[in-house]
Amino acid sequence: MSEKTLTRMDLAEAVHEEVGLSRNESADLVESVLQHMSDALVRGENVKISSFGTFSIRDKAARMGRNPKTGEEVPISPRRVLSFRPSHLMKDRVAHGNKG
Amino acid sequence: MPLENRRSIRRGDDLMIRSELIEKIAEENPHLYQRDVERIVNTVFESIIDAMADGNRVELRGFGAFSVKKRDARVGRNPRTGEAVQVDEKHVPFFKTGKLLRDRLNGYEGT
Repeated sequence: MSEKTLTRMDLAEAVHEEVGLSRNESADLVESVLQHMSDALVRGENVKISSFGTFSIRDKAARMGRNPKTGEEVPISPRRVLSFRPSHLMKDRVAHGNKG
Repeated sequence: MPLENRRSIRRGDDLMIRSELIEKIAEENPHLYQRDVERIVNTVFESIIDAMADGNRVELRGFGAFSVKKRDARVGRNPRTGEAVQVDEKHVPFFKTGKLLRDRLNGYEGT
């Protein structure tokens, strides 16, 4: 199986085919979905999409790191990271679809 | 708010769910039927799962990329009995946050 990379365009095409909106409007709606999810995460909200997965924000404390090349100690500032936990449905479909 | 205070924030109730996402998009698009907005949002998520089930990647610049990672077969252990068990090779979904979103989460709003 050769691996393909899908983009916003492919999602817009799927919306166009499913709902019959123009390709332009479909693309705007796909963008809008991503924008609303991003905005919620930036506000500090987690985003839970049933049967898809949960995006959650985690705060990482400051710590000392090391420049692997020079061995020098460098402070790593506190930061927020996003983690994604796939739903059971997604895990099952990915596991079955890629079997063998 | 200073970055170092963020760690203490409790956000147990700060949650957006699918129906709220649909509601927001419906509000912005009064010319669309609510049920069509539902189909649109569901199609986006369905298409991502379909792509990964086919072994493909979905790259959404600025937001992030969904891909499939292979986990090799291994000998695991039943934690209760200590007994060795064979765990087959499997494929799992993986998400990597995009640079723009990662920056926005940390307060850099520049484009």
